[in-house]
Amino acid sequence: MEKEQKHHKEKSGGNITRRTMIGGAVAAAIIPMVSSFTKYIQAGVPVLSPVIDDPTKKIGPGPGKLGKRSPFEQPVKKPSDISSRSPLQDFYSTITPSDLHYERHHAGIPSINPNQYELLIHGMVERPMKFSLTDLKRFPSFTRICFLECSGNFRTGKEELTPQDILGLTSQSEWTGVLLSTLLREVGVSDKATWLIAEGSDAAVMTRSIPIKKALDDAIIAYGQNGEAIRPEQGYPARLLLPGWEGNTCVKWIRRIEVTDQPYMTREETSKYTYPVNGKIRMFSFEMDARSIITFPSFPQKVEKGWIEIRGIAWTGRGKIIKVEVSTDAGRTWNTARLQEPVLDKAHTYFRYLWQWNGEATEILSRAVDETGYTQPSLKQLVDARGNDLGGYHLNPVTSWQIKPDGSVLFKPENWK
Amino acid sequence: MKSAKKIKLVSMSGRLCLVITAGVMLVGLLAADISGLNSKYLPLLKDTTKWPATFGFGRTATVSEVVKWDISIRPDGKGLPAGDGSVSKGAAIYTLKCAACHGVGGKEIPGVKLPAPALVSDTTAKSKPKTIGNYWPYATTLFDYVRRAMPYNLPGSLTDNEVYSVTAYLLSANKIIQPDAILNAQNLPKIIMPAKKLFVVDDRKGGPEVK
Repeated sequence: MEKEQKHHKEKSGGNITRRTMIGGAVAAAIIPMVSSFTKYIQAGVPVLSPVIDDPTKKIGPGPGKLGKRSPFEQPVKKPSDISSRSPLQDFYSTITPSDLHYERHHAGIPSINPNQYELLIHGMVERPMKFSLTDLKRFPSFTRICFLECSGNFRTGKEELTPQDILGLTSQSEWTGVLLSTLLREVGVSDKATWLIAEGSDAAVMTRSIPIKKALDDAIIAYGQNGEAIRPEQGYPARLLLPGWEGNTCVKWIRRIEVTDQPYMTREETSKYTYPVNGKIRMFSFEMDARSIITFPSFPQKVEKGWIEIRGIAWTGRGKIIKVEVSTDAGRTWNTARLQEPVLDKAHTYFRYLWQWNGEATEILSRAVDETGYTQPSLKQLVDARGNDLGGYHLNPVTSWQIKPDGSVLFKPENWK
Repeated sequence: MKSAKKIKLVSMSGRLCLVITAGVMLVGLLAADISGLNSKYLPLLKDTTKWPATFGFGRTATVSEVVKWDISIRPDGKGLPAGDGSVSKGAAIYTLKCAACHGVGGKEIPGVKLPAPALVSDTTAKSKPKTIGNYWPYATTLFDYVRRAMPYNLPGSLTDNEVYSVTAYLLSANKIIQPDAILNAQNLPKIIMPAKKLFVVDDRKGGPEVK
């Protein structure tokens, strides 16, 4: 310990700065550990900790300009070439920290100067108009919480998958912006209009056709996320937000809305984001079906015999979650979980179920029920309904975790082909 | 008159019906009135009774501003620019600017993971890739997408004639048009894509049924 501090002293010219100390902790090894609460955590534990043993004996750093996470907490997204997944297993509740919100881009994240940003609304309107970001912010504003989910949010195939791996392409924020209905009122939308074309200003100039009913119902042009400006990865400076609808329709970096009377059959809504159903190809699946997952315990956590609070999230694009059921005996019997209030419309809903594990091998699983009476199906139910070739979109099967006698937790992959 | 029209707009959603064109199908009648559709935001909508006819924020867009950004192509061909392209010219452009990611001839190479999807139907491929020939319902989409987003490293760099040519090549490679075809704004929207008959609109409305 002393030796390590001496080393720091040498490097920083004799002064041990707080930066050095934090830096030392961040650079430390990440090792798995089991805490006394039986919760497996990945903690950044300093190999030779510069953090003093008794914090009551040393004055800490003063106030700063930006907060930061404890060096012992290191939740990270898991990126691929085209997307990045939220670490769902690291969250205690349902608001996703903005820097951990999932990402899905079609040609990278554009760099947009907010002072040059403009949103064009034209087509079947009385007056085609352009709105600057300042203009958008002057309109009556609106705030709500809702989830976003990529409709390609399902992975399976091996036991060593975390919630993040299986369905980390969903996150939740509190969004602020102007209701799209307010802007459509301003431009004087024709009463013959039935669709909108929403277009982004990324390098894919990503485009989707949206029924105008949704625009008038609860669509938002959002510029705020969790109280601050929306993040570049989520569409800075402004994006379309369609609560409950597949993420791809919520066009980020939106620059153009064309009011029209038909869908344009863009690439994303025809050759992508569609899926086989009994020999046909289903298109325009907008609403995300009810879904849930147990995030604790999950792989690679380990549990101990005794009391375990099973925790997870449930959500539906069709309104509110009214019930989540948890099974601790591989689906033979089901128990009603407690829902964290308030349960919000089209929002991640946290659930908990207290369980006393007797140490024997079993499987735990959850299923969500939404206000339309829809119950989250098993993978077999989806195959029975749609056929063997499920494609890769709009899959919301029940997720099962295997609990092994040694307390290890493994995903239960199901093969259906 | 103008303000009456504006007020009407707020309540118009109740009478809308969503018609999918291109000769397809009726998605559904939206029978609910405004309170049904927007019940969750009624407090906000009540506020609108005090709203002015317009807020006056924003400005009128000029015709040239609209034209500059209005690049969408409709299934009936509206939006297609003047010009034309040939299969042979498209083949040359494809080889130069597309094949590096989408494969020589647009087909998967066994054992090789291409950076981008295969584009040409290949019944011998075990992976049964979704391609233009077997999964794209509208030829207009091909022109629209290539022009706005391709090539991936230089999006929007092709001229309209080059986009017509690449479109022609890809349709010919998928055996949808003849190798000597010349594509333009008139004949492109008339092409019937093999996959069009497969597409159905999601008709699920919630409820207990798993579909």
